[in-house]
Amino acid sequence: MWAERARLATRTVGEILITLGITLFLFCAYQLFYTNVVADDAMRGEVADLHKQWAVQTPGPRSAMPATPGPFDSEDSQGRTGAAFAILHIPRLGGKSIPVVEGTNLDLLSRGVGHYKDSVRPGKVGNFAIAGHRKTHGEPFRYLDEMRAGDLIVVETADTWFTYRADRDPFIVDPTDLAVVAPVPDHPGRKPTQAKITLTTCNPWWASTERMIVTGTLVGQQPRAKGEPPALTVNAPKFQ
Amino acid sequence: MYAFLWRHLPGPVYVKVLLAAVALALIVVLLFGWVFPWIEPLMPFSGNTVSQ
Repeated sequence: MWAERARLATRTVGEILITLGITLFLFCAYQLFYTNVVADDAMRGEVADLHKQWAVQTPGPRSAMPATPGPFDSEDSQGRTGAAFAILHIPRLGGKSIPVVEGTNLDLLSRGVGHYKDSVRPGKVGNFAIAGHRKTHGEPFRYLDEMRAGDLIVVETADTWFTYRADRDPFIVDPTDLAVVAPVPDHPGRKPTQAKITLTTCNPWWASTERMIVTGTLVGQQPRAKGEPPALTVNAPKFQ
Repeated sequence: MYAFLWRHLPGPVYVKVLLAAVALALIVVLLFGWVFPWIEPLMPFSGNTVSQ
């Protein structure tokens, strides 16, 4: 009787452990595979919607852009949370079109890269700051470490192509280093005179103990009507 | 545990197999749709923003 009980207890514990193991395996499948499938699909949808939306409205220039407030206005001052409003192209990281959505919470980052709400709109004087996943959920910034000084970053909006050039190689900061998204990066409080872009993502892979940063400066812009900017048509150096 | 569950599934063997498969599928859907998305923010994989 006693032996019978012990056998049953041992078997039950073993079965529970095996079940937990399988569940962990499923969680890995979810993170490594499923979130990417879902996010890639969502991003394609957002990009398609934007193109459709931009094709319909052809009124005067800049009508799609709300009046731009100062660089550190209150939240919700610039557009609706979660709305996609631009498309990011980084030739170095491949031809992927990444939608830029308003806001940076985790739900939003599974549909694209997120615009820090207190930072300026693309092309404006100040800092256009965006955050993206390094791992899981489409991982748009997976290979951000492969960016190099001089690489071009293109932002497509309703009426304009903006081209930024990376100021330096990617660098690492603490997760609390808000200065990188200040209107003048690294000099919070100073009044901006240049149009900057800042990309933030987590570092290292699978551990978010640091942030990886890429900064760039606006080097050119052209109306959408003129077609893709040279940064996208010239054969840029690519990773992979 | 599994032997216990198997004993308590109703019907002949093929019905038991079918029920077990459906229950398994339900559990996987529940995990992928609700449980994993809920656990995910607690994992250190996704700190992409700088903040205070």
